[in-house]
Amino acid sequence: MVSSAQNGGLNFDFRLLCVLLEFLAKTMQNMNDSHAPLPSQQSAETTSASGASASTSGERKFAQIPKESVKAHAESIGISEVSGDVSAMVAEDACYRLREVMQASCQFMRHAKRKRLTAEDFNRALRWSNVEPMYGHNSPDPMVFRPTKDAELYFYEDREINLTEFAMETILPRNPGETTVKAQWLVVEGRDKGAGSSPALSEELVQYYDQVTRAILGGNEQLIKTALADLRTNSRVSALLPYFVYLVGEVKSISHDLEALTRLLQTAQALIQNPHLYLGPYLKQLVASVMYCILEPLAASINPLNDHWALRDYAARLLAQICRSGCMSVEGLQKQLPLALQKVLVDPARPLCSHYGAVVGLTALGSKAVEEVLYPQLGTYWPFLQSWMEDRTISNAQAKADAHRVQGAILSAAELLLKTYQQSSSDPHAESSHESSPNQSPHHPDASDFTIGTFGHLLESSGTAGPNSGGHRRDKGPVPITQMYSDLYSFFGDSLAVRVGNGAPFVPAKEEESDQDVEPIIEAGSSAFPSVQVERVDLPPMLTFAGNGQPIDLSSMPSTSEATHTTGGRRTSKRRQSSKESPKSKRARRAPSMSDIFSLSRASQRKRDIVVNIRGGRQVGKKKTKPGALLGAELSRLCRRVPFVGKRKKVKTLPGKVLQPSMGMLL
Amino acid sequence: MADPNRTVVVTDGSNDASAVSGAAAGVQSSPKGEKGAGTDPSKMDQQTLAAVLQFLKNNKLRDAEAALRREAKLPDGNGDSGGSSRVATSGEVSLVLSAYESEGDLARYCEYYNSLSSFIESSLDAHKHELGCLLYPVFIHMYLQLVYNRHEKEAHKFFNRFSVEQEDWHQEDLRTLSTVKTREQMEGNDLMDTFRSSKFVLRMSRDSYQSLRRYLKQNEHRELLSILQDHLFIDVFDGVPRNREQVQATSGAMMGEARRDANKVKVLYGLPKEPDINVPLDDDDEGVEGEDKPKKKKQKKDLLLNKNKKADPNAPPPSRIPLPELKDADKLEKVLSWKEGLKRVPLGRENLPSICFYTLANAYQNVSAVGVSEDSSLLAAGFEDSNVRVWSLSPQRLRTMRNASELDQLDKEADDIVERMMDEKTAADSWLLHGHTGPVYSTSFSPDREQLLTSSEDGTVRLWSLHTYSNLVVYKGHNYPVWDVQFSPTGYYFVSGGHDRVARLWGTDQFQPIRMFVGHYSDVTCIQYHPNSNYVATGSSDRTVRLWDVLNGNCVRVMTGHKAAVHTLAWSPDGRYLASAGVDKNVLLWDIAYGRLLAEMKGHTDPIYSLCFSREGSILASGGIDNTVKIWDVQKVFEEIAGSDDLTSLDRASLVEVGSLLLGSFQTKATPVLKLHFSHRNLLLGCGRYQHS
Repeated sequence: MVSSAQNGGLNFDFRLLCVLLEFLAKTMQNMNDSHAPLPSQQSAETTSASGASASTSGERKFAQIPKESVKAHAESIGISEVSGDVSAMVAEDACYRLREVMQASCQFMRHAKRKRLTAEDFNRALRWSNVEPMYGHNSPDPMVFRPTKDAELYFYEDREINLTEFAMETILPRNPGETTVKAQWLVVEGRDKGAGSSPALSEELVQYYDQVTRAILGGNEQLIKTALADLRTNSRVSALLPYFVYLVGEVKSISHDLEALTRLLQTAQALIQNPHLYLGPYLKQLVASVMYCILEPLAASINPLNDHWALRDYAARLLAQICRSGCMSVEGLQKQLPLALQKVLVDPARPLCSHYGAVVGLTALGSKAVEEVLYPQLGTYWPFLQSWMEDRTISNAQAKADAHRVQGAILSAAELLLKTYQQSSSDPHAESSHESSPNQSPHHPDASDFTIGTFGHLLESSGTAGPNSGGHRRDKGPVPITQMYSDLYSFFGDSLAVRVGNGAPFVPAKEEESDQDVEPIIEAGSSAFPSVQVERVDLPPMLTFAGNGQPIDLSSMPSTSEATHTTGGRRTSKRRQSSKESPKSKRARRAPSMSDIFSLSRASQRKRDIVVNIRGGRQVGKKKTKPGALLGAELSRLCRRVPFVGKRKKVKTLPGKVLQPSMGMLL
Repeated sequence: MADPNRTVVVTDGSNDASAVSGAAAGVQSSPKGEKGAGTDPSKMDQQTLAAVLQFLKNNKLRDAEAALRREAKLPDGNGDSGGSSRVATSGEVSLVLSAYESEGDLARYCEYYNSLSSFIESSLDAHKHELGCLLYPVFIHMYLQLVYNRHEKEAHKFFNRFSVEQEDWHQEDLRTLSTVKTREQMEGNDLMDTFRSSKFVLRMSRDSYQSLRRYLKQNEHRELLSILQDHLFIDVFDGVPRNREQVQATSGAMMGEARRDANKVKVLYGLPKEPDINVPLDDDDEGVEGEDKPKKKKQKKDLLLNKNKKADPNAPPPSRIPLPELKDADKLEKVLSWKEGLKRVPLGRENLPSICFYTLANAYQNVSAVGVSEDSSLLAAGFEDSNVRVWSLSPQRLRTMRNASELDQLDKEADDIVERMMDEKTAADSWLLHGHTGPVYSTSFSPDREQLLTSSEDGTVRLWSLHTYSNLVVYKGHNYPVWDVQFSPTGYYFVSGGHDRVARLWGTDQFQPIRMFVGHYSDVTCIQYHPNSNYVATGSSDRTVRLWDVLNGNCVRVMTGHKAAVHTLAWSPDGRYLASAGVDKNVLLWDIAYGRLLAEMKGHTDPIYSLCFSREGSILASGGIDNTVKIWDVQKVFEEIAGSDDLTSLDRASLVEVGSLLLGSFQTKATPVLKLHFSHRNLLLGCGRYQHS
């Protein structure tokens, strides 16, 4: 600039230069969004902007301002006679000076420790070249630079501002606030505190993530299989874990798409199955997503044609799997889950599909959860459910069908409970995995188990008097299977008898089975827990004895409304079994038929004056005598007023929020 | 921009930048082994002779030139004398520029360059990489000659054809040069000035050099020869030719590598013995923690022992540089910092530091500089809107001094007079300092935390009082943007460096610089005072790092290897190692004892703006505008070289092969890391401005 100004011959062109510079400055401001532009690129842009073509010779395209442009600009400021030579010279010099200024302005950008070149940098470079800076371009807002429709002409939008209006504006600009310093931990002893984002990912990993997510959410079966198989086995996924967990968390935003929901759950499953991954802090988040699929009234469930039940079953199964795999690592999660499910179950405002989810969830958590949560609730819940099932109005037909679904689920849960009892009393070696809930890891025998065990040993000694002594009396108050059965029978009637007594003993889901199961479509019934061929197990002889007519003192039994649970009692019988029989012989044992118990319980039912209704092949019981039942009926009547399907109360899912890394950081 | 180089009048600091000394050095390493270094009297004659020859040549008095050459028994100018030996140019820029004048067949430059390039390509693999370094300077000077002699079209063609063949790190300079298209534009172009007034330094083994000579003998390209003679300095060493990695490790600087003799001077990098401090502070301390009494005393003794041990053979004598006397407050400060140091967490590859990040919110005006006081209690941020703001990072709020009348009533003999001087009513979390008229590019606290220095685009350095929060002194001298300023570890002295390519040493009570460190070919972008206050390290956008002796202003180390501008430096606590980083996203680690490159740490994806060694020097932290803090295991490098501290490797850059040194990489959400600082306890503090997307 300086020299061009000093150069006498070019003095008069100085204004021209300024106009050009202003023009270019504006163009540049336009491109503020790009990173530090290379001067060459910059000039190339400008050239095309001024309607000229960049020089095409060689690889380096240093743009030239054509003399035609100079002439045009000269005319625009009122200099009409500019000879070709002069304009060529001006154009040449302007180009050079521009590049020079541009380079200098890049320096200011670097020292301001920025990645973005601003108009202010350019002005600063101009000032140091003793050139008047361009005013009015320092706004950080990007300028709109657009082409005209017809010709290859570009212009920047420069709207007129009505100052009067501007001044009369009632909305005052907000004070952005004083600059402050905020301290936070970024890293504590080498570990990321999550104040920042997760560590930078390599290009490779980002690509991997991109491809896997695309495969999962795409429709190609083969791709999905490959992607999931890789997720199950690849050890390098660990760096991407937060992102995948976040991806699974997206279930909340796509609750209308069953297919996608299933895929996301499968992704979660693959992550759980990957032996190289430590889910650790992300487990909570995963569980939250799975619980969402189990419990929430998904958008997809509005359409009755959508089989969201299968999805809930699958999610429940997944939940069981998570618990088995490493639930213990998260404090309190094991206790929280049944509680959360219970909360949903007892909430009559929840739609039936949520209740269904709660029931299958509890079933998935194991017989212990069923016994502790579902069984005590059944007394109050059943009448409520029945009121729905008996509803004959057409408008509630869907709800009725749903209610039947719930009933089916409860039936399965009851079956699980009973069969577990049956199993545990016959197979002492299966206690750790079968009797207790599956999420109770055999590696962590807790203290209470132990004490009960010793207590059971004492019981055993007292019970050695023989099977006739009625040694299965439980002083500590656990529900004996007979009572449990009778209670359950009062609800289900023969449908329970058919299930339990059909000679197919229950075996909890084997992990290997479900693991490989890519298609999660499982009926809400018994098939949710694929049965594996095991020898039939027998009921202990004392039950036979009871069936022989010895009356059971029902009044001494604790009522179902009391929370009852002890494993010790069951253990007692087991212990006795094992002490009596060698381990070899136990497999060959024959169980007495369940029908013995059935007859017993039927007898007891009659005694308690319970009316059994049979409707549509299903047997449903209405207990009028039970106060709890009355309360339940009352409750259900009240609840009928609440529209279930239409308005749903939003209930937060229980596991606490876990930090979610934003996808934006990754992609 | 106008040429700031012209403002430089003092060249006392440079021992290799001026053309005169360059010529002298050229004689020294002449291939004929004239051992010019020993023949001092003849040196002057030779210079004069060379100048006269140049004059004759320039004025086309060829017969006279030839006669003079004959008489002086100098080889013929057009002959095969080879290399850089007897070229001498006077410092006069115009003369040098005119050296571009050539009556040769310029149109054949493409041919010459091609021939040279194919010769290098066909030479033995052992020599290939060393000889390959020739191409870039030859290319540059051929291009400039074409431009100077008004062969614009040919120049353009030549440039387009060969510029793409140059190494990546040259592209930035090439871009600058490519804008020079006419003879007129050559004037006033900074980079041009540098190229024509200085020699491009190449180092090669004698074997490689011999093969070059053979080539030059066979092909008598006069123009090529004259370029080699006039503008290149070939530093020949005996030994095995360097391989590709070795050549690349030290190449990249604007004017080639450092001369071998540039790094020969012994540097007293050791730390001086700590002065014995007898401050009755122990009493207070024992009052507080009575139970620890015996333990404390023991530690104190240990420390004293340590201090005695620190009679470092490499340390400069204490009186080498006059340093300010330690005041009582300074002694107290030293003891306190030592006490803090006792609570230090040892860091290493097993123990990574904790990082506390200070994020500047609502900084819409953009933060361009951040400084943290040595004891981590104060933070100063410089903004692009010319303001400076000081925050307290400790619970102690910032107060100003009482007014004069109130001060007058105070008992000046009181022990806590400093405390009493402060006006409790003025306590605030932060103070704003107005004064600069351009973006503030650097801030530096004095060791006693009573003063703050800031440098700005407005060409000034300002000294602020942190007692009154007002401007005390404006140091004018740079006249161009001042990129960096830093207090010496002892206070009183400070250095500044800026766009004028000069680093200046000042005393706070003098408005004129005490020393000027001249030699960089481009802006001095960053400065770091050596822990022993005897040296100053500077980084520049000429892609070199230089070390200057405060005593005499000499440049004692030139370190090349960066491929782009250097923006930050850090000294290891023991004063022997220097880390540097910048726009090329690499952190380089240097051994100051020999001026050699030790390690290269790659990983950042955007320019690096901050480096800091942990207090015991085992870990290096780096941060940049890619929003990450990276932790490097420099201890590994130190262990590696401890075993092999032989002098034979000095001539050749041999990177320590230790694999990746990266220990950890931690990302912020959207905050560029502008400043990193290890507290006395080894807590890493980071600072930056939250960037709205």
